[in-house]
Amino acid sequence: MSDAILTVEHLTMRFGGVMAVSDLSFQARRGAITAIIGPNGAGKTTVFNCITGFYRPTEGMVRLRLRSGETFLLERLPDHEIARTARVARTFQSVRLFAGMTALENLMVAQHNALMRASLWTVGGVLGLPGFRAARAAAVERARYWLEQAGLIGRADDPAGDLPYGAQRRLEIARAMCAEPQLLCLDEPAAGLNPRESAELTALLDRIRAQHAVSILLIEHDMSVVMEISDAIVVLDYGEKIADGTPAQVRDDSRVIAAYLGVADEEVEAVEHALQAGTAP
Amino acid sequence: MSASADAVARPATRSRLGHALRDALLMALVALALFGPLLGLKTVPVTAGLVLESRWHLVAAAAAIVFAGRFLLRYLVWRTDRPSGKAARPAAGVARGWLGKTLAPALLLTALAWPVLPTTDRYLLDIGILMLTYMMLAWGLNVVVGLAGLLDLGYVAFYAVGAYSYALLAQHFGWSFWICLPLAGILTAFAGILLGFPVLRLRGDYLAIVTLAFGEIIRLILLNWYEFTGGPNGISGIPRPSFFGLPFTGGEGGFAAAFGLEHSPLHRIVFLYYVVLGLALATLAFTVRLRRLPVGMAWEALREDEIACRSLGINTRNTKLTAFAIGAMFGGFAGSFFATRQGFISPESFVFMESALILAIVVLGGLGSQIGIAVAALVMIGGIELLRNLAWLKAVFGPDFDPSLYRMLLFGLAMVTIMVWKPRGLVSTRMPSIQLAQRKGIGADLVGQGRG
Repeated sequence: MSDAILTVEHLTMRFGGVMAVSDLSFQARRGAITAIIGPNGAGKTTVFNCITGFYRPTEGMVRLRLRSGETFLLERLPDHEIARTARVARTFQSVRLFAGMTALENLMVAQHNALMRASLWTVGGVLGLPGFRAARAAAVERARYWLEQAGLIGRADDPAGDLPYGAQRRLEIARAMCAEPQLLCLDEPAAGLNPRESAELTALLDRIRAQHAVSILLIEHDMSVVMEISDAIVVLDYGEKIADGTPAQVRDDSRVIAAYLGVADEEVEAVEHALQAGTAP
Repeated sequence: MSASADAVARPATRSRLGHALRDALLMALVALALFGPLLGLKTVPVTAGLVLESRWHLVAAAAAIVFAGRFLLRYLVWRTDRPSGKAARPAAGVARGWLGKTLAPALLLTALAWPVLPTTDRYLLDIGILMLTYMMLAWGLNVVVGLAGLLDLGYVAFYAVGAYSYALLAQHFGWSFWICLPLAGILTAFAGILLGFPVLRLRGDYLAIVTLAFGEIIRLILLNWYEFTGGPNGISGIPRPSFFGLPFTGGEGGFAAAFGLEHSPLHRIVFLYYVVLGLALATLAFTVRLRRLPVGMAWEALREDEIACRSLGINTRNTKLTAFAIGAMFGGFAGSFFATRQGFISPESFVFMESALILAIVVLGGLGSQIGIAVAALVMIGGIELLRNLAWLKAVFGPDFDPSLYRMLLFGLAMVTIMVWKPRGLVSTRMPSIQLAQRKGIGADLVGQGRG
């Protein structure tokens, strides 16, 4: 794994006495989809919040290398700088759209920094300079492209809060993509989706990876989605990494099975045998 | 068939009557408890001290009025068996389009023609100036409260800073209105940033309390920094504006002489009217424009969800500070105008009641709506002025009745009524600032209020 976009080393996050993440190290390969899975409360979202700057890690290092070779230590940057200069975009477990703004407006807000520069920090915009008008038209085009990709072009002028749940999930991803990220962090994008919406989401993620050279970091509970689209999987349990590898490797890992089922298969069998023996006439 | 329908309908009617009676009785009891001590007991000073005098007939009358009113409302107006009004509500965008297309130009034309209308006298002209001043203040506050969703209860502080900046600059340096006005605006914008820094992390109620305190701090500084601000004596003799160098005086070289007119003190008032109209329209144009720019969209996004804003790389600190600064700047312009119109300012003009009034205009108009705020300013300021002329009530209640005592009571009643009728203000739909195909209003239930 020579070309890693994200390198997490010895990441530890403590909340008072609770160790949410302890000594976690992993790498996310550029252009790949890396999934972080684990039972509830395993610390997945905490890892995300450390990477995107919403939490400051207690210990450890989060290094991000852009295609240009520029390197950032994310644990030292404030959250909006991580999005702006380190080009990391994220979505949220509970959808956080601007509900009272239209789908199009949501995507325009995502291009805030580029538009702000084009409007010469508002001065040029107030004066109506042609440079800003061109930039704004380009931003609308980009928004239109992502609305089409997300299958929401027909609802561009509807308020985001009025969209069905699956569409809100896709719009949130489109909004993150409008910020032109190199690393896209998705926190349970398939949660609460029906199978059809789930399939639409998978198709959207596949298109993003194939056409936009974006690396994706994914938290997901839906194993069918994870196994279908991930290139690498990191498994967490109680804040510690218990497995790391390709989907096939992870599926057969006994510690992963134990974490998900509570105990290993042999132990289950042993208990079953004992029960049968005890109840047999 | 009809007999059975009758049998079904009758118990329903009876139970509705019963419900209405029970409800009215309950309200009458509440009224009894409330009015008992307030109306029923009166302290009367006698030579030996105070004695209590009871007036139970007044309490009974109040309770009876409440009972009758509640019963009639319940029985005849709030009929639950009717279909709810929601289905019949017209599409928000349609109503808004009508408002924008008809009302706004009508208001603008009236505003432009106001001083030359034959019915307009000095008094109506002054009211016009007052209305436009508050309209401007409310449009400025709307940037902070309506767009950025930051509840500011101390907006009058910026009004005061603008007025004092103008007064002190004009007095000490002798600069003209048109030089002092932008300077006062810039100084006030800095005051806005000064307030913004400590409250960056606060939201909702906590922010409201700190801004409230800020308003009081500014007033107390103005009151106590005697050497600089003149303390409670205020600043008098603030230079009056001139018509681009021509003073509004009667003699040689005055405005009237230069244009070959007969001198009239009304000229200055008309000029002031058009100045504040120009300032208000500039505020309107600027804020409407800003809303469509990235900074304005970021303000609205901030109101909707601050965490999502940060995840998109928006610097929320700067965004909040620009909202505070620009909102404050318009307050400063309005303050400058106030100072030059009055010619005298003192801390008494900048009390909390002013902040509350400006905020009430914004809330009543509908957060974020420019036309709603304009109408609300007309209604509120006009209403307060109308309530000054309550002398006719003496004919009803006898010569001992002092109507001015009831002004704020009626005012409060009117506000409660409007907020019950339209909880999210006169214009509660939000219009998107950009569209691909069709511009549709967004219902108030979806739009955030920035309190979370």
